[in-house]
Amino acid sequence: MPDTPHPTHLDRLEAESIHIMREAAAECRRPAMLYSVGKDSSVMLHLARKAFHPSPPPFPLVHIDTTWKFPEMYAFRDRTAAETGMELIVHVNRDGLAREIGPFTHGPALHTDVMKTQALRQALDLHGFDAAFGGARRDEEASRAKERVFSFRTAAHGWDPRNQRPELWRVYNTRVNEGESIRVFPLSNWTELDVWQYIQLEDIPVAPLYFAARRPVVERGGALIVRADDRMPLRDGEEPTMRMVRFRTLGCYPLTGAVESEADTLPAIVRETLLARTSERRGRAIDRGEAGAMERKKREGYF
Amino acid sequence: MARGPGPEGQDLLRFITCGGVDDGKSTLIGRLLFDSRQIFEDQLAAVDADSKTAGSRDGARDLALLVDGLQAEREQGITIDVAYRFFSTGGRRFIVADTPGHEQYTRNMATGASTADLAVILVDARKGVLTQTRRHSFIAALLGVRRMVLAVNKMDLAGWDETVFKTAAAAYRDFAGGLGVDDVTCIPVSALTGANVFEAGAETPWYRGPTLIDALETADVSTDIARRPFRMPVQWVNRPGPDFRGYSGAIATGVLRPGDAVVACPSGRRTTVARIVTFDGDLPAAVAGQSVTVVLADEIDIARGDILADARNPPDSTDQFAGHLLWMHDEPLLPERQYLLKIGAARATAQVTDLRYKINVNTMEHIASRTLELNEVACCNFALDRPIAFDPYAEARETGGFILIDRFTNATVGAGTIDFGLRRAANLARHEMALDKALRARQKSQRPCVLWFTGLSGSGKSATANLVEGKLAALGRHSYLLDGDNVRHGLNRDLGFKDVDRVENIRRVAEVSRLFVDAGLIVLASFISPFRDERRMARELVEDGEFIEIFVDAPLEVCERRDPKGLYRKARAGEIENFTGIDSDYEPPENAEIVLKTAEHSAEALADRVIAHLKDGGYL
Repeated sequence: MPDTPHPTHLDRLEAESIHIMREAAAECRRPAMLYSVGKDSSVMLHLARKAFHPSPPPFPLVHIDTTWKFPEMYAFRDRTAAETGMELIVHVNRDGLAREIGPFTHGPALHTDVMKTQALRQALDLHGFDAAFGGARRDEEASRAKERVFSFRTAAHGWDPRNQRPELWRVYNTRVNEGESIRVFPLSNWTELDVWQYIQLEDIPVAPLYFAARRPVVERGGALIVRADDRMPLRDGEEPTMRMVRFRTLGCYPLTGAVESEADTLPAIVRETLLARTSERRGRAIDRGEAGAMERKKREGYF
Repeated sequence: MARGPGPEGQDLLRFITCGGVDDGKSTLIGRLLFDSRQIFEDQLAAVDADSKTAGSRDGARDLALLVDGLQAEREQGITIDVAYRFFSTGGRRFIVADTPGHEQYTRNMATGASTADLAVILVDARKGVLTQTRRHSFIAALLGVRRMVLAVNKMDLAGWDETVFKTAAAAYRDFAGGLGVDDVTCIPVSALTGANVFEAGAETPWYRGPTLIDALETADVSTDIARRPFRMPVQWVNRPGPDFRGYSGAIATGVLRPGDAVVACPSGRRTTVARIVTFDGDLPAAVAGQSVTVVLADEIDIARGDILADARNPPDSTDQFAGHLLWMHDEPLLPERQYLLKIGAARATAQVTDLRYKINVNTMEHIASRTLELNEVACCNFALDRPIAFDPYAEARETGGFILIDRFTNATVGAGTIDFGLRRAANLARHEMALDKALRARQKSQRPCVLWFTGLSGSGKSATANLVEGKLAALGRHSYLLDGDNVRHGLNRDLGFKDVDRVENIRRVAEVSRLFVDAGLIVLASFISPFRDERRMARELVEDGEFIEIFVDAPLEVCERRDPKGLYRKARAGEIENFTGIDSDYEPPENAEIVLKTAEHSAEALADRVIAHLKDGGYL
């Protein structure tokens, strides 16, 4: 017979992610999709719509809001939820908010722990989610390269990297006892380049911060920080200057460094990714500092 | 959705690397990533910094630190769990699963091997083929890896000696042939210097074969999965409203087109494909590897776990099969225990009915065994509580590989491959089957019977029966305990303790036991039941072999001394009449199947004897 289709590399990645999402949706009692507003979340959401079409994805989006995201991220998040018609649950750690925890007053580590890790744990417990999709990829970081697609968490949300469930073929063990949960990573086998090529090919909307534009930048500790609002105190001699920058990864604005770039279209971003000489997470203040920082955070319940 | 032509399945190679401790495996992968320019500057800077504190090369750049991502791994200098790495060259994309060499972490090696097309097996040139080399190759071959590359590493430390290389290569080819692997490439390399990894080594002029990257770029990874009969495990029934009903899944093998005749397995219901639905529109054809939603011409009952298959060439369905099992948990496999089996999207309760032999993964010897310990491999027969559709693993990994899950802890405890069905479950055209005792018993994976505990009051009947029932529950068996406490207060509330009432009491208990045996249960009846005739009557109500009389034997003085309910005291005081042993006779059994002397042995030991009797008799 003629016309047997030949799936490409991206076709296969797409099909694998869809299989993973369907498996979680079919077997888990109450799944949710962690939606961080970044490019990986955009791809994950796009894949979810494909996986369950013509039904809507059978789970809500959950955004853990540290209150320190870029204004463009909030706008993009709300527009995405409205356009897809998906339920959006926004969770803020009220306790952290009351204590006015922030990256400048308390440092990046405590801020991330309270407003992100603890907030995530609160949200999962509050809504009783037994499975949460995350957009993490194995190419991002060494401890993520070790993680399963269906990654088991104890009732205290802990990850035990030395004792992970064996995961053969694509037969996933989704079973948990009361209170335990699974983090599901449909993009495990995607690389940063795959993500951008797929975004280009499928014309997936992403936050405008990924595109180069002139933005008010303060250079601090070697990182280019875009001063998104005046909660960021300026140090002596610091003066924001307008520079042509974009982001490879998005997070809390004070903790996420921009890169100088002229890439203001998807083809230009793909080209730049192909030629990149530094890793995508280099701009993340929170991932550095000590060896194994990511592994430690993951053990504590971070994504 | 045009994405540019990709050569058919040849643009991606998934491979594993395995090697023993200190064979230089992580360094080799670091070298592959480094030489293919996949390492970013900041990552390299981090490695250089780490090399000064955690490296094994006196502060010089230790490429192994690129891959050992867990703190424990860096501290111990070993690989504990599989890491997935991605790199590409002009020729191909690669997903490499870097797997641990320690026997202790064999299960993590199996995780990596289950999806690999090829295995790179490392040996240290100075040591040659070792026990662990054989174990890695055996596990990889067991999981279906049919192409091996032997990288004889550390040639720099072996003086680049051709004889050293040839000896290792010959020994390995010999061994791999025995595993049924004949696609073997042997390469002398040095991960440290990079010789024969990306560039031919000037130090090995005697070697004219491919470099490692050549071997990886040119390995034939074409599979026949697109040419095999169509199979799609149904993951999810897609039903957004009354007007649409589709079956979502990933195609495991074959090609599907609208109009194709398909059959749902194991139910055997047939229909044709109406549409292949995706978010991007209906497809004229879909092939293995694609995730689709299939709409059928007729509304037939299909659920998650069914396999949609080519109607002309359906898979076998069975509830009993032979296969290989790799045990992956600290707690050993117990043949009598029930586990949850997952294959594709299907689940069943599974039990090992016959552990035929264990395979010594180091010597390939077959060994008889009752249990299977962590990292051991055995050839077993399995029985399921319901039929599943499958293909032999050698033909299709996707529809022939399964995992076993502990029903209480939910841990993944085993991984298996189906070799062949032991008998067809006669399900392709299923008949309405009347439920009978045999079927109910099979559902529970046990032979029902009555354990009839008889003996004086205070002899230890209930204590022993309770322990036995606890052990049965722990083995996943279905039982019910009948004793004075739960019978006298309800069913036999109207009966006293005169002889005639005692007879009627036992008659009713015997009838209830018979019904429960018919339901497939193991019944534990704990009654003084002093008269031989009544016990014989109870025995005759059930079939031969279903009645096990257990004489709980303790001298009257002992029972009276124990007097757990104070009844002997009351009887001696004349407050109770017709008390067995005092003013009413007890007729000891003459041919009890089991005699338990409770004055001489612990209740625990006696309960174990009862369980052993049940096992030996094939009840469990």
